[in-house]
Amino acid sequence: MLNLSGRWKAALLPVAALLVLSACGSRTGENEVTTGAVADTSGDTVKVGLLNSLSGTMAISEVTVRDAVRLAVEEINAAGGVLGKKIEPISEDGASDWPTFAEKAEKLIREDKVAAVFGCWTSASRKAVKPVFEENKALLFYPVQYEGLEQSPYIFYTGATTNQQIVPGLDYLKSQGKTSVYLVGSDYVFPRTANKIIKAYAAANGITVLGEDYAPLGSTEFGTIVNKVKASKASAVFNTLNGDSNVAFFKEYKSAGLTAAAMPVVSVSIAEEEVKSIGTQYLDGQLTAWNYYQTTPGAANEKFVKAYKAKYGQDKPTSDPMEAAYVSVYLWKAMVEKAGSFEVEKVKAAADGVTFEAPEGLVTVDGATQHIHKTARIGKVGSDGLITEVWNSGQPIKPDPYLKGYPWATGLA
Amino acid sequence: MIARFSWRAGAGFAAGAVLLFAVAPVALSDFRLSLLAKYLCLAMVAVGIGLAWGRGGLLTLGQGVFFGLGGYAMAMHMKLADAGPGQMPDFMQLYGQLDALPWWWRPFASPWFALPATVLLPMLVAFLLGSLVFRRRVRGAYFAILSQALAAAMAILLIGAQGTTGGTNGLTDFEGFFGYDLDDPVNQRMVYFVVAGALLLLLAIARQLIRSRYGELLVAVRDSEERVRFLGYDPANVKLVAYVTAAGMAGLAGALFVPAVGIINPALIGIVPSIEFVIGVAVGGRATLLGPVLGAVAVAWAKTTLSEEFPAAWTYLQGLLFVLVVAFLPGGLASVAGLVRRRRRRPPPDPAPVSPAPAVPEEVPA
Amino acid sequence: MTVIVSQLFTGVSIGAVLLLIALGLALTFGQMGVINMAHGEFIMAGAYTVYVLQDVVTGAGWSLLVALPLAFLVAGLMGVLLEVLLIRRLYARPLDTLLVTWGVSLILQQLARDIFGAPNVQTRAPEVLTGNVRITDDLVLSNNRLFILALAGLAVVALTVALRFTSLGRRIRAVVQNRDLAAVSGIPTGRVDRVTFFIGSGLAGVAGVALTLLGPIGPTMGTNVIIDAFLVVVAGGIGHLKGSVIVAFALGTLQSLVEYSTTVSVAKVAVFVAIVAFLQWRPQGLFTLRTRSLA
Repeated sequence: MLNLSGRWKAALLPVAALLVLSACGSRTGENEVTTGAVADTSGDTVKVGLLNSLSGTMAISEVTVRDAVRLAVEEINAAGGVLGKKIEPISEDGASDWPTFAEKAEKLIREDKVAAVFGCWTSASRKAVKPVFEENKALLFYPVQYEGLEQSPYIFYTGATTNQQIVPGLDYLKSQGKTSVYLVGSDYVFPRTANKIIKAYAAANGITVLGEDYAPLGSTEFGTIVNKVKASKASAVFNTLNGDSNVAFFKEYKSAGLTAAAMPVVSVSIAEEEVKSIGTQYLDGQLTAWNYYQTTPGAANEKFVKAYKAKYGQDKPTSDPMEAAYVSVYLWKAMVEKAGSFEVEKVKAAADGVTFEAPEGLVTVDGATQHIHKTARIGKVGSDGLITEVWNSGQPIKPDPYLKGYPWATGLA
Repeated sequence: MIARFSWRAGAGFAAGAVLLFAVAPVALSDFRLSLLAKYLCLAMVAVGIGLAWGRGGLLTLGQGVFFGLGGYAMAMHMKLADAGPGQMPDFMQLYGQLDALPWWWRPFASPWFALPATVLLPMLVAFLLGSLVFRRRVRGAYFAILSQALAAAMAILLIGAQGTTGGTNGLTDFEGFFGYDLDDPVNQRMVYFVVAGALLLLLAIARQLIRSRYGELLVAVRDSEERVRFLGYDPANVKLVAYVTAAGMAGLAGALFVPAVGIINPALIGIVPSIEFVIGVAVGGRATLLGPVLGAVAVAWAKTTLSEEFPAAWTYLQGLLFVLVVAFLPGGLASVAGLVRRRRRRPPPDPAPVSPAPAVPEEVPA
Repeated sequence: MTVIVSQLFTGVSIGAVLLLIALGLALTFGQMGVINMAHGEFIMAGAYTVYVLQDVVTGAGWSLLVALPLAFLVAGLMGVLLEVLLIRRLYARPLDTLLVTWGVSLILQQLARDIFGAPNVQTRAPEVLTGNVRITDDLVLSNNRLFILALAGLAVVALTVALRFTSLGRRIRAVVQNRDLAAVSGIPTGRVDRVTFFIGSGLAGVAGVALTLLGPIGPTMGTNVIIDAFLVVVAGGIGHLKGSVIVAFALGTLQSLVEYSTTVSVAKVAVFVAIVAFLQWRPQGLFTLRTRSLA
């Protein structure tokens, strides 16, 4: 006996509710929702969010960024806080998963009502949270070097963009008389974008690009790629590999008989922490392109290194992303104090021209692009496991995320 | 093959509808409601896995592929809709260095293609793969590993084609959903209602399949495939239907995940998320109807809450859940009620043995 | 010409690494139909053994020689522990062992993170193994890959000899071919299972030591290699080692040749497609046991 009515009722109920309720809600472009996030600045503390991967594959790198931010917060609180309020850090775990980053960002902004968020590492995580910050009109401070081609109105970028890291790296190779280069990278946004820039530079500067190879993220088999590199007889290698791949690549490099003297490798993802995990046995004499090293001279750096080692352990090195994160907290403090308020629009308006005596040297915020002026430094890995500077750009370089100021780069962005 | 209507089922669905449509939006903040929408998408995948694995014995560890196909189909359409007619999506202009939209993107501009594609495309892939694999009687462990490898391969392919798929970034930054502005919280709520309605629909379909003759055949294939073959049925076809259905459900879930969460990327498609879909089903009770749904929601909720407090603890808990539930409680939490009931019903111990009995044999205790 | 030869050598060495990883798996999978997803973590344990040992024993050369048997022991014991505590209860449910051992692998990974830290750790290889053999100017065979090739060969030979000529080997083969008959004939199948698991996991530990010469040592190193190992075992067929040996070298060579002309990503997908196609032709794998059962 078939009695359909009851069952169909049960099925139609949600459908009917659906139709009724779907009649509401504005359509795209109808009215701009202008309410933004409001930070909770009542009471004598101000909350800030720390959004890093504390678990998963990226935990390797991101935990140190969180630690550097914590150090800055502690120091600022000891000196009286920001506008008289102590900073209360709320740390969330992105778990190396980009949707989780977006979810936690939303939580920090909407539920914890933080005044600013410091974090993210991979471009994928930043791309995933960008819409959240723009929708909610909240601020993110992003401390890692990246591929440029971005200028979100609600993100401040304290890491290097391409003209502050990759282009100086190429300038250095050119100054050393290297006329051919082989490009090796992990298969994702940053290396692919970086290599496009490198090829444009090479074409305009008389350097031949002899090959371009990508390995999947996390790949540890480099026999073929190193064979190709060796066969090409390039005078240098530009390495944009990331994570585990770097370890395998350098072990293969040495086994194939290639040396830093004959075919140096310039890497942009190898900092002091990675040197520790690969070993000087394989890295001795290789080059890196950053804006800061633990060995960078200067009183501000000495103080920073000492404080970091005292808090986290004498065997812990300091690296560029950590320093950029540390600087970002102080820059935010300076912006807030200049604006006299925690409100996002006022802080943004006050940002241009704010300076800070950072461990990497004097940095200035460029209000138009929301990046900072940074000095480029090329370093060489030493047998003690530390990286020492062999060249720097002299003056801090003005950030140019779309490479507008470089004639050879037209058509890239 | 229509299942008989039962008052219990109708009441159950009505109660579920009330809970999802009336109670939840009132009780939860906007943020938590959008989290619930995400959990419900994962629950939709779980319904399919419950059908294929719980009832069919097919341990499919590659549901991420179908989830991703549905998700990317929807995301591609939304990106094209955002860009406007004839324009390329924003990320392509940034990374692609392409002059025109690739040919395989163009059909997704039309919602009449994109919407059905979110469900039909995964089903097609599942049909092709299943036909190849089931006919050659690849089963059990081999099938599980193959499905894992498929998930891994698809993730690699997507990451490698950065200019056309967004690579590791995936597709994100959506403005509108079929003309509705996604920034508006009222529209976010509408998306939640669509997700909840879709879940109830899938549950109704699953119940239909489970209670029909096909459902019995599926369980028979799970328990003794050879015997079913000797009886004259083709187990390959039976398994194929279950696999394709599960793929369609995962595809729909992926499609709705995009407006609910705002992103789709290869990390949601590879080996690890594919296995994570399965754990919720295992915890809840793989062979029941509601078990997978409740298990998936519970596990997703535990993940969010725990990772807020103790990030390392979540990995341990996840591992422990796998170990303890699958090894010691294979029926999941849904079977706990049954176990408790069985213990209570156990007959009282034997009375003292009597002297050698006459012709009437003593009753053997159950 | 030299390019082809050096690619062949790369392919053979990829195959050798695959073989070392898959050998232990072939033993446990073939023996008990147990899919051990924690095999990758046993490999990780072997690699960390080298790291811990180098803290204690200075002098990289000696530490490697000591590490090999030590890693075998450590990983083997972990395998026996896993078998006794969990897998023993799950023999009737092979798919569930997959999930359970996946859970164990998650726990072991997090343990490694908590004990050794999340970042990769460093081991020093003996200097001789970082050099190479120069055949011509273009053709250079790196010593670490030659060493791994030798190690894999040794492992295969040792295992084959053990299985064919020792009484333990006979018992293992008996249990693989017909468990019930073996039990009825008086073979203690439980004990044989434990020993097989010990050997299989121990081989994983040895593979871990080999991997320290090639790549990173960290909590996630096992997950990188486990799927490839399973594909080798599935395609090679259970019950015979030679299936795994042939498939491992075939896949390695295929991967390296495809990698050279296209990209690494395409090569990985090509390998997968090749295996699916192969399983269409021979769904039970390359070499299988001829038994009377229907499966």
